[in-house]
Amino acid sequence: MKHLLSIEQLSREEIEAILDRAESFAEVGRRDIKKVPTLRGRTVVSLFYESSTRTSSSFDLAAKRLSADLVSVKAAGSSVEKGESLKDTIATLSAYDPAAIVIRHPYAGAAQMVAGWTAASVVNAGDGKHEHPSQALLDVYTLRRRLGSLEGVRIWIVGDVLHSRVARSNLIAFAKMGAEVTLCGPPTLIPRGIEALGCDVSYSLDGIEEADVVYALRMQKERMSESFVPSLREYAASFQIDSRRLNPRQLLMHPGPVNRGVELSGEAIDSPQSLIAEQVAAGLVVRMAILYELLAGGDASAPSAEGEGSRPTPIGTPA
Amino acid sequence: MNEKVVLEHDDLKRTLRRIAHEIAEGNPDSERLAVVGIHTRGAVLARRLHVFLGELTGSDLPFGDLDISFYRDDVGAKAPASQPVVHSSHIDFDLSERTVVLVDDVLYTGRTVRAAIEALFDYGRPQRVQLAVLCDRGHRELPIRPDYVGKNLPTAREERVNVRLEEIDGTDEVTISEPSTMEVSR
Repeated sequence: MKHLLSIEQLSREEIEAILDRAESFAEVGRRDIKKVPTLRGRTVVSLFYESSTRTSSSFDLAAKRLSADLVSVKAAGSSVEKGESLKDTIATLSAYDPAAIVIRHPYAGAAQMVAGWTAASVVNAGDGKHEHPSQALLDVYTLRRRLGSLEGVRIWIVGDVLHSRVARSNLIAFAKMGAEVTLCGPPTLIPRGIEALGCDVSYSLDGIEEADVVYALRMQKERMSESFVPSLREYAASFQIDSRRLNPRQLLMHPGPVNRGVELSGEAIDSPQSLIAEQVAAGLVVRMAILYELLAGGDASAPSAEGEGSRPTPIGTPA
Repeated sequence: MNEKVVLEHDDLKRTLRRIAHEIAEGNPDSERLAVVGIHTRGAVLARRLHVFLGELTGSDLPFGDLDISFYRDDVGAKAPASQPVVHSSHIDFDLSERTVVLVDDVLYTGRTVRAAIEALFDYGRPQRVQLAVLCDRGHRELPIRPDYVGKNLPTAREERVNVRLEEIDGTDEVTISEPSTMEVSR
């Protein structure tokens, strides 16, 4: 595997291979010395055009735990603010001959385009409303550790599906692993025809008691240019997951960050059935496994260490 | 494929027993010993040695296993031989003040042992590290020397040494086979 651009590209076997590898990185994380020399001397660039706490910090730490050299660039405060195009930024950063570029961008397909511009392996850390494959992998990892297998597990994904790349990647990943997925939310926030991806759709929380896992999504206020719901209060009244709507047998997940009191009640977040903290911990080991798979993995990914000097060096470097 | 048996079931058992005796003899301070096997077959051999050593010394020595895939020196340089099975390391005892006996099935270039020593040091600082191998087939590329050897096997680089163990392969034997274009040498 050269790039990780989407969950769609992965087979079930490939997903399982990454998760197995993540298990052995979990063992590394329990040691006093939580670092292995695997990617020593190689460079990982992380490039974030959107804000992020979990994804960027866990990719950064994953690269460091694998002994890679890390260059971390946030669009805010970089030459992007001076108007540099994505293509020029990638050319600039490619001049450092990185082994991998981890990118988050507000436009769908950005990671795919970047993969065509650089010799490095590209990891999609979220592209617009399209996909967020590392999130889906860590969620499958978290559930697999809890339940053993996702075969036949009923998962409800509740909330702002329309703006959510997590919903798309997770729906595909959960289905590949054999789970039965239902998408739930107000009709304005469920894309028309999404059943074609192999899921059920529900426009209310009726029937949620059948779910084994409730996966709540964040209301993405920053992506809402028009009003999709009358108000957040009204949304919460109909769709908030709280202890009344959640039964003790069900597991609760959320990709973070949570709008407390909107999609989840504070009580539900802090309840023992919430896996939110486990998801964050899984993020680190799964992202280590992703970098390992792309840069040191078993199959014939071209060694990128020999591309030195072959990329065009752009004029002007970030100040 | 032309395959020659060099150790049969009983030979293998005798050989391991002898190594256990040598380890016990070389370490009068036996309560400080620990046995650590290198995945996959080294870990199985270590488990057996651990049992023999327990009988000899009358104490239950710490036991662990190591996966060295994160410590290989050929990561990225070439695609490593496919590793379909993923292992984790298990070292849940304190290494300080211990003499650790590393166990592997075949000693060849010495690169695996180098990686194992590096991996081991990420768990702590053992007082001494010794190396026990079932077969030494020569062709060292690093200054590494075993302390305990089951059998010296002079081989050509093209030949392949196959260690089969009951726990994994259903039978106990060591064979040497002629080169075949598809095989990965070890």
